[in-house]
Amino acid sequence: MENILELRNINKIYGTEIKNQVLYDVNLKINEGSFNSIIGQSGSGKSTLLNIIGTLDKPTSGDVIISGKNVKDMKLDQLAEYRNSMIGFVFQFHYLLPEFTAMENVLIPYRIGNNKVSNEIRRRADDLMNLVGLEKVKNNLATKMSGGQQQRVAIARALINQPKMILADEPTGNLDSDSTEVIYELLRKINQELKTTFIIITHDRRIAEKADRIIEIKDGKINLDINK
Amino acid sequence: MKFSLQMALRFLRSSKGQTLMIIIGIAIGVSVQIFIGSLIQGLQKSLVDTTIGNASQITITNDRDDKLIDDHKMLMDKIKTTDDDIINITAVYDSATFLAIDNESQSLLLRGFDIDTADKIYDIYDRIYLGKAPIKDNEIILGKQLQEKYDLSLNDRIDILTVDRVDQVFTVVGFFDFKVTSLNTNWGITTLTTSQTVFDSDGITAIEMQVDEGSVFEADAIAAKIAEQLYDYDLKIDNWKDANQQLLSGLQGQSVSSYMIQVFVMISVILGIASVLAITVLQKSRQVGILKAMGIKNKVAGQIFLFEGFILGFLGAVLGILFGLGLAYSFTIFAVNPDNTPVVNLYIDWRFIFISGIIAMIASTLAAAFPAIRSSRLNPIDIIRNN
Ligand SMILES: Nc1ncnc2c1ncn2[C@@H]1O[C@H](COP(=O)(O)OP(=O)(O)OP(=O)(O)O)[C@@H](O)[C@H]1O
Ligand SMILES: [Mg+2]
Repeated sequence: MENILELRNINKIYGTEIKNQVLYDVNLKINEGSFNSIIGQSGSGKSTLLNIIGTLDKPTSGDVIISGKNVKDMKLDQLAEYRNSMIGFVFQFHYLLPEFTAMENVLIPYRIGNNKVSNEIRRRADDLMNLVGLEKVKNNLATKMSGGQQQRVAIARALINQPKMILADEPTGNLDSDSTEVIYELLRKINQELKTTFIIITHDRRIAEKADRIIEIKDGKINLDINK
Repeated sequence: MKFSLQMALRFLRSSKGQTLMIIIGIAIGVSVQIFIGSLIQGLQKSLVDTTIGNASQITITNDRDDKLIDDHKMLMDKIKTTDDDIINITAVYDSATFLAIDNESQSLLLRGFDIDTADKIYDIYDRIYLGKAPIKDNEIILGKQLQEKYDLSLNDRIDILTVDRVDQVFTVVGFFDFKVTSLNTNWGITTLTTSQTVFDSDGITAIEMQVDEGSVFEADAIAAKIAEQLYDYDLKIDNWKDANQQLLSGLQGQSVSSYMIQVFVMISVILGIASVLAITVLQKSRQVGILKAMGIKNKVAGQIFLFEGFILGFLGAVLGILFGLGLAYSFTIFAVNPDNTPVVNLYIDWRFIFISGIIAMIASTLAAAFPAIRSSRLNPIDIIRNN
């Protein structure tokens, strides 16, 4: 299988005067279409790694290569376009725009790249809303929804541009175990149907074990890498 | 619709109270500007109007001993071709005389007018409150103060002595009121032919004219053009601007202080908008951060706030113009003289109002520049990490 992502000797050091190294020479290859989980203790560097993969943060040294392209060689605008079309983010605190309805939130990544929303895209958004089970509340304001519903909106939003890769940082961190189960089933289904690559940070070992691959980060290094 | 514009509209709508406050702030600024501007312009216009509205603005005389201008028909034709803005041109025969009544005698400027053309300058017909304008030879009209002083009535006969002590009898056919005492006591108006007959001359003593309303402040330039045209005739050409330097510098001072007020009003409005928008950027930094993570470019992130500034400026300007006109209107209704005429006639200059609106729009867009830069520089990772 093709590598969609490759990390080469990634180091991350925070601070200039008091240096705090968070990642040490991380090397990692991710297969296209795979479903990966990242686990590790709090403060081990998981979010830092995911943000570097998502081009939101820059490594202090090392290379991030996505679909054969080195992120280092891209300009800020190119990176923005790239994030918009290739990557879907699901953050722990869902980060919907409170000024917009659920449906409008889902369409925002598309609107960023296009001035007009075609009927085809509207249908796609409707399908996504059905997929995440929100067809009844899709016209509610983002703030007028439960935490689990908001998280599902965020997932639908991450999918609207049909990205190659979804990066999720504890997407179910503040949900009860039943909702967590539902959302993972959903992500798994999307992975199988659309062949989207997933990299998911989770604290929940039960969930992690359902992934194709479990990567454990310990003190800024890859401690365990289990393929199933 | 452009994404950044839609974002701006949504952000503005989501904090209605704040949006309304800024719009009202801009509107008050614009309305004060429009009101003060219209007031000052109205004042200046009425001042200029009372000074030169019913007076000759460019006057041509001859310094020769007999003060006479020959061949004035040809000269007037020449003058008319000099500048399109020259209007209301008329020939006058003025002479200093004495009015002798009841063993008293007083000086009188006998003005021989071509009544119909002179009326365009002096509004003679409208100023006659009793009787009619002189038509036949030796008919004269006199001012209100003279009528009262000598208790004159229509068809009275009066004696006028020329400097050469020639006695002429005139019939009073009317009385005028120019609302200026010196004119009402010193002028006697007769026909040009009468004057020419009395003084046995076919010349005139002055050519008087006005310029188009829009060009009154170019009267000196137009006078200079006439001087050039009539260079060969050795005539004296005066214009109202040279004769009213003090009035002009007064007007200029007034304009400058009006501009100052307007500039400072605008500056305070801009500072107000800039500070509120700066807060808005902070309030919306979470949204901007998440949008950037999803791939909006820095330029677009900045545009959102420029659009906010523009929209606020536009709505503020429209509302401000309405306020300003309302303020001006109520001023003319409530600030009135005893006879119900407004204390000051405001001058509603649409160009000025339009420009004021445009300036407010540009200013508030510029005021949004600082917040816009802030927004475009915001790094999404700072937002994503902070939770
Ligand atoms: N902006 C920063 N400046 C300095 N140090 C930072 C910064 N952000 C994170 N760190 C440090 O980097 C380390 C790793 O942080 P990171 O957020 O990647 O951990 P994590 O594995 O995601 O933890 P958690 O499971 O609690 O989310 C921590 O020790 C943290 O203190
Ligand atoms: Mg984390």
